[in-house]
Amino acid sequence: MFALPGSTRQREGAEEAAAGPGAGWADGPAIETRELRKEFGRTVALAGLTMTVRRGEVFGFLGPNGAGKTTAVKLLLGLTRPSAGHGHVLGEPLGDVATRRRVGYLPELFRYQGWMTAREVLALHCELARLPRSSWPKEIAEALELVGLADRADDRSETYSKGMQQRLGLGVALLGRPELVVLDEPTSALDPIGRQDVRRIIGSLRDRGTTVFLNSHLLTEVERVCDRVAIVDRGGVVAEVSMAELTQERGVRLRISGPDGAARQVAARYGPTRVDGEWLAVDGIADADVPALVRELVAAGAAVHAVVPTRQSLEDRFMALLGADGNAGAAAESDAAADAVASRSSGPERVRP
Amino acid sequence: MSGIAAIAIIARLTLREAVRRKLLWSLAGLTIAIAVLTAWGFSRLADASPVTGPIEMVGVSQVLVLLAFMFSFVLAMTAVFAASPAIGPEIESGLLLAMLARPIRRGDVLLGRWLGLSLVLVVYALVAGYLEIGAVAWATGYLPAEPVQAPLYLAGQTLVLLTLAIVFSTRIASVAGGAVAVVAYGLAWMAGVLGGVGDSLNSDVLRWAGFVAHVVLPSDILWRGSVFALSPTEQVLKAGGLDGRVLQVSPFYASSPPGPLWLAWCVVWIVAALAVGIVLLRDREV
Repeated sequence: MFALPGSTRQREGAEEAAAGPGAGWADGPAIETRELRKEFGRTVALAGLTMTVRRGEVFGFLGPNGAGKTTAVKLLLGLTRPSAGHGHVLGEPLGDVATRRRVGYLPELFRYQGWMTAREVLALHCELARLPRSSWPKEIAEALELVGLADRADDRSETYSKGMQQRLGLGVALLGRPELVVLDEPTSALDPIGRQDVRRIIGSLRDRGTTVFLNSHLLTEVERVCDRVAIVDRGGVVAEVSMAELTQERGVRLRISGPDGAARQVAARYGPTRVDGEWLAVDGIADADVPALVRELVAAGAAVHAVVPTRQSLEDRFMALLGADGNAGAAAESDAAADAVASRSSGPERVRP
Repeated sequence: MSGIAAIAIIARLTLREAVRRKLLWSLAGLTIAIAVLTAWGFSRLADASPVTGPIEMVGVSQVLVLLAFMFSFVLAMTAVFAASPAIGPEIESGLLLAMLARPIRRGDVLLGRWLGLSLVLVVYALVAGYLEIGAVAWATGYLPAEPVQAPLYLAGQTLVLLTLAIVFSTRIASVAGGAVAVVAYGLAWMAGVLGGVGDSLNSDVLRWAGFVAHVVLPSDILWRGSVFALSPTEQVLKAGGLDGRVLQVSPFYASSPPGPLWLAWCVVWIVAALAVGIVLLRDREV
């Protein structure tokens, strides 16, 4: 369970992709938008979204409630039309009906025909996705196994818990090995085990070369599975962060006593400093330089009580960008962090790095 | 996906839903109940007053048309209740969201829903209609002027209301859309009655009101067709010494069927309404 067949990092559908629409874009970006804007009357839901999602990457789309994330997803899927701007999905213009064959989608508001069994819902989507009828039994069996619903496959979906319905939605999204999978808050109804399952599935998709567009406001969830992240607020991207770069952004926190000014002058030679309570934080310092920093601090008359290495978490970056107080120590996944994101309502002027 | 294939998928889904949600079985049960009650009621009527002459036949025809009127109301309500939640509420609940993200056009979803519901309601109208006419013929020996056409007109009227309700369902909440459709149906019927009275009394204003109602919502055109089809033949009226013009003021009598232009207008109206529905749904935010 939870391992996708053929997770080999090779593009197994490459031949089909090359033969299908947008063949010339097979190596182009999976998603590309330029100044995409969406207005609902006077309300601006998206104020000029420009981003590029590369093929085969797991791309996180992060932002507080009301940032325009779900509107962006609907634009990408052609469920709504942009007021301005343009974009391409898998090489075809936004809204191209045929491209939807190659895209899987789990909506934030997931609901399926309650009078149907999970097996029937999956069969319906096999038909809608125009998969060859001979492939349906295999596709359905794999999807059911993958999302852990094999033993409830013949029960009506209206008897499912919310979490099980979300699992069914995930199974629906993965039918036919789509080249791009768009997941809109895929773990909102899942328990911790279910969330872990989703992370494994996303990992398997990455191994298979599938592009995953993950819309979420759960920072640590995104941090764990994504290759890159776009942080959006008020309808626009305020930052794009590579997770590899982020994890390299290290620092150190020191608890010292003694002459404050002298210690800070010494520390500033190793990187930007900031005082956080009784701690002095030095950002960007290489691990190898930490002993030298400690020696110099001692030489300058400071008493060093503690040295704690830190790395910047996505949450730190997110909070820094969106104006909430950073919390350098909060690297662990927590619902409180998600709540903090969800409840943020205002902040100072945005930064575009 | 080709439009026809997509429409067929959605129509099949709608039919399966009608079976699973017991709509089809409920209608089948109602059909049998109506036929049995009709046979019983008319046999009691025939026992009390044997239908031997033209006057009794006219009497039976009026009861039959009254019954058909109630049946047409049931059909109208069924069409409205089935169609009002067909599109909008399914978008709002998220049910259609995952489907619309597939290679399928919104217009095909609307046409598929319309086709599926149409099949259910037309079959119901025809089976129940023919059973009722058969039951009356068995119990009383009365056969109306056009026994084959009558249920067809009723089915057509049902299609008009189904179309109206499904177009409303693309934009208006199901309760509001259903209520408006029912009121429109009632107004069209009343305007049609006034139009008939206007014909008899030679009143241009009333005739004009009926004409406008028939253009705006042609359900009454088809209702008048079914009334004509269920009425006695001209020979029966003449044998009874009755003049059709006297009966013309009755809402339960029609001396002639709707002309071919009016029938063509009904088809055009349905096609045009569906086209409007497709545009409304296409431009709707989901």
